[in-house]
Amino acid sequence: METETGSAAMGSAVTSGPATGGGSVLVDYDDALARYEPVLGLETHVELGTRSKMFCSCATAFGAEPNTQVCPVCLALPGSLPVVNGTAVESAVRLGLALNCSIASWCRFARKNYFYPDMPKNYQISQYDEPLCTNGHLDVTVDTPEGPREFRIEIERVHMEEDTGKTSHVGGATGRIHGAEYSIVDYNRAGIPLLEIVTKPIEHTGDLAPLVARAYVSELRDLVRALGISDVRMEEGSLRCDVNVSLMPRGGTEWGIRSETKNVNSLRSVERAVRYEIQRHAGVLDAGGRVVQETRHFQEHSGSTVSGRSKEEAQDYRYFPDPDLVPVAPSAEWVEELRAALPELPAAKRRRVKAEWGLSDEELRDLVNADAIDLVAATVEAGAPSGDARKWWLNELSRRATENEVELAALPITPAQVARVIALVAEGALTNKLARQVVEGVLAGEGDPDQVVEARGLAVVSDDSALGTAVDEAIAANPDVAEKIRGGKVAAAGALVGAVMKATRGQADAGRARQLILERLGAGG
Amino acid sequence: MLSGDLIRLTAAELGAAIRDGETSAVEATQSYLDRVAAVDGDIHAFLHVDADAALEQARAVDARRAEGAELGPLAGVPIAHKDVFTTRDMPTTAASRILEGWRPPYDATVTERLRAAGLVILGKTNMDEFAMGSSTENSAFGPTANPWDVSRIPGGSSGGSSAAVAAFEAPLATGTDTGGSIRQPAAVCGLVGAKPTYGGSSRYGLIAFASSLDTPGPFARNVLDAALLHEAFSGHDPRDSTSIDAPVPPVVEAARRGDVDGLRVGIVREFAGEGYQTGVLQRFTEAVEVLESLGAKVVEVSCPSFRSALAAYYLIAPSECSSNLARFDAMRYGLRSGDDGTRSAEEVMALTRAEGFGPEVKRRIILGTYALSSGYYDAYYGSAQQVRTLIKRDFDAAFEHVDVLVSPTTPTTAFPLGERVDDPMAMYLADLCTIPANLAGNAALSVPCGLAPEDGLPVGLQIMAPVLADDRTYRVGAALETALRDRWGGDLLARSPYAV
Repeated sequence: METETGSAAMGSAVTSGPATGGGSVLVDYDDALARYEPVLGLETHVELGTRSKMFCSCATAFGAEPNTQVCPVCLALPGSLPVVNGTAVESAVRLGLALNCSIASWCRFARKNYFYPDMPKNYQISQYDEPLCTNGHLDVTVDTPEGPREFRIEIERVHMEEDTGKTSHVGGATGRIHGAEYSIVDYNRAGIPLLEIVTKPIEHTGDLAPLVARAYVSELRDLVRALGISDVRMEEGSLRCDVNVSLMPRGGTEWGIRSETKNVNSLRSVERAVRYEIQRHAGVLDAGGRVVQETRHFQEHSGSTVSGRSKEEAQDYRYFPDPDLVPVAPSAEWVEELRAALPELPAAKRRRVKAEWGLSDEELRDLVNADAIDLVAATVEAGAPSGDARKWWLNELSRRATENEVELAALPITPAQVARVIALVAEGALTNKLARQVVEGVLAGEGDPDQVVEARGLAVVSDDSALGTAVDEAIAANPDVAEKIRGGKVAAAGALVGAVMKATRGQADAGRARQLILERLGAGG
Repeated sequence: MLSGDLIRLTAAELGAAIRDGETSAVEATQSYLDRVAAVDGDIHAFLHVDADAALEQARAVDARRAEGAELGPLAGVPIAHKDVFTTRDMPTTAASRILEGWRPPYDATVTERLRAAGLVILGKTNMDEFAMGSSTENSAFGPTANPWDVSRIPGGSSGGSSAAVAAFEAPLATGTDTGGSIRQPAAVCGLVGAKPTYGGSSRYGLIAFASSLDTPGPFARNVLDAALLHEAFSGHDPRDSTSIDAPVPPVVEAARRGDVDGLRVGIVREFAGEGYQTGVLQRFTEAVEVLESLGAKVVEVSCPSFRSALAAYYLIAPSECSSNLARFDAMRYGLRSGDDGTRSAEEVMALTRAEGFGPEVKRRIILGTYALSSGYYDAYYGSAQQVRTLIKRDFDAAFEHVDVLVSPTTPTTAFPLGERVDDPMAMYLADLCTIPANLAGNAALSVPCGLAPEDGLPVGLQIMAPVLADDRTYRVGAALETALRDRWGGDLLARSPYAV
């Protein structure tokens, strides 16, 4: 659709408060925790993986040319109207069910009114006092020196809304709006469906607060992935976290003033942001100061946060029910159908594989930390023994992922291919060393394991004629060793096996070679 | 046929003449274009006329007929289209500076359906800016005159549409009715105008004023023509979530039938007394007696909450408009003021809105922003919604005893241009009787019931029916029309100075 849009030029100073983050005094983390108890709150936005946008039929693919996935509705052309994406509602209900929430039988969308150039209507369609899902919980596990500890995170609500467009600031040194010459807006993201998941205040986590926050986001990410409602690529911004932190004196009952650190975009950053804010708040409070209720921005490079706009003069969003939309009213039957069709959720899956695969706490933790459970499970499903599957994913493949700086799941090898490599080793068609070369070939895009074996000529030499020739040559070349074996020193066979392996450039089946040597020399096995 | 004869035909007759080959769509279109050229200098009903595009549409209809295609009842009939509906081939401004020259990349659903029915769009009609007003004086592009008396208002907000039809510049026109914006101009111009059931006609491509109230509807010189147009553009539209997924009520059949024998008619007691012009009440009462003489059972009905309707409306409609009009921010389309490279986006937005919106639009945006503000929401928007519920209940209770409700459409006849521009409250009173049907979402129609003796200007009678019972309003309207035409010895409009 041709529309009059594109690089809507904007002036430079839309918003910017004085950056006061620079002069923060940080208190040593342990000292801070000795005197204060942190209270956390997390608001997480998940971009849904629906094919079309929340209120129109535009495509949602990431990385398209700017302003090509737009239409009268998501550009808010005069006269256009939103229509709710049913798949997005279904995704929201499913996440709500997976988070043990109550699902509203009737709820409405509301308009959140504020002016900003990346929001075409100058209001965001969201939900306000009638969220679709309420009052749930998510259990998360944190490793401590005393062993794993479980925390129950209470969920306040899950609601549906739409994303905004994306503003880029051109000119100026920082890429931020301050000092920029002009700004351009890409509306491809405007109207992409979002779910916002809001926790209730998280208390009594003590010095584990940063780890609890991280574990919660990690668990939520796994849950969303297991439901298949989003691919949750944090680096593409499809899961974004706002971290609220406040401190109260130990033994106190009244919560402190909170700060809200926006758009924290990795698990590690969530942990660091909580830790930093605890130390910063403690510094302010120790000095007898008052924490400013404000929005802050996390600085990836330094691990610190800097002040954004102050919320002291609170925005009035003038929420009211969106009259362009009809209420969402999921029937009880439909909700129960969706509940019955939920897949196995990550916590249950962990319990199951721990039992089925006979794992210790530590082994399970290693799998969880490597984000490898699903990969191993899929490899097992493709026929591999769990021990071998774990070994491959946690050792060789984790190493490769680290080398290439990608997530394990992003390696260009499938669990089925890994299972095939494992099977080839088990059949004796590959040695472990050859198997690693096959994996290297698969990762290099040379095809399936069997194609790599074929193309690189990596098959173990195990047919008796070829191997027999090599064995005969080894015996002939080492008459003294052969004599010792004939005399009953079976252990000396190792030297001849070594010679056979050398002659076949490692491709021989060592066990079969040994067997042939002993047969030839009448030494039995 | 002679040009004057062609434009004197009803839309139904003209459609039939085109189908029968007695005239062509091109001939009919050219006659109306000539009429527009002759009188619109006095009336200023149109903001934009595109003769070439209209003749091209007309030629397409004639070509289809030549190929032997079956034409619909209104194929080839010209129409004036309110400038609040998006049109791909013509500018769409909602009579606002902020949208001056904007050419939409898409057609409204109503526009699409007009085209599909073979109606020939002559151009876009004047209106109060963003449909806010009752006189068309709030247009950024100058007022429109009432053909009955060019010193008077043609009603509003759809005043360009009512004036165009009353001045015989078009046999039909579209309008939108948010608080009476079709019925009131129809009444003061001596026309038939209908506000369909909310959700019965699509809002997709209608530039929003108040989303929960805006309703597209027809203007015509008689009841049958209005019904034909109503049927042509109504019905379910999946692009409008509030559109009702049900068949269009049988309005054409009802307009043809036009009997009220045994029908229970309720007179709304609250719509009389102070503020009502004597001649308006007199013509209304006579019309009710006519209905009674035709076999209707007339009773008086009380709808006490209707007294609060105006107040509730002036909280709900501005609240919605304050949000709906936020999109006019200079970023993607329309006017952009002050973008000289030194100003921030916020400053450009503010300057554009200050320059682009007229005083009435600003008044309502400010009113609505205030009503939705935290701390005031419950007292204003919240209570207004409660009143709305009470009004619905009053309608429900009334419709348990009667089939339709009737009232004067508007308390007075057309007032002089300029009389109320500085008195918003006086202006708002013009919609006193029409607002309840918008708040409840039910069907309503205004039909002429004579000229007020004191000023010789048209008076309208409003018929209200339950949700999706639009056909009842046409039935009563047609019965009254036939009886009054006999009494008058012809069309009321024949007495207008702009009659042909």
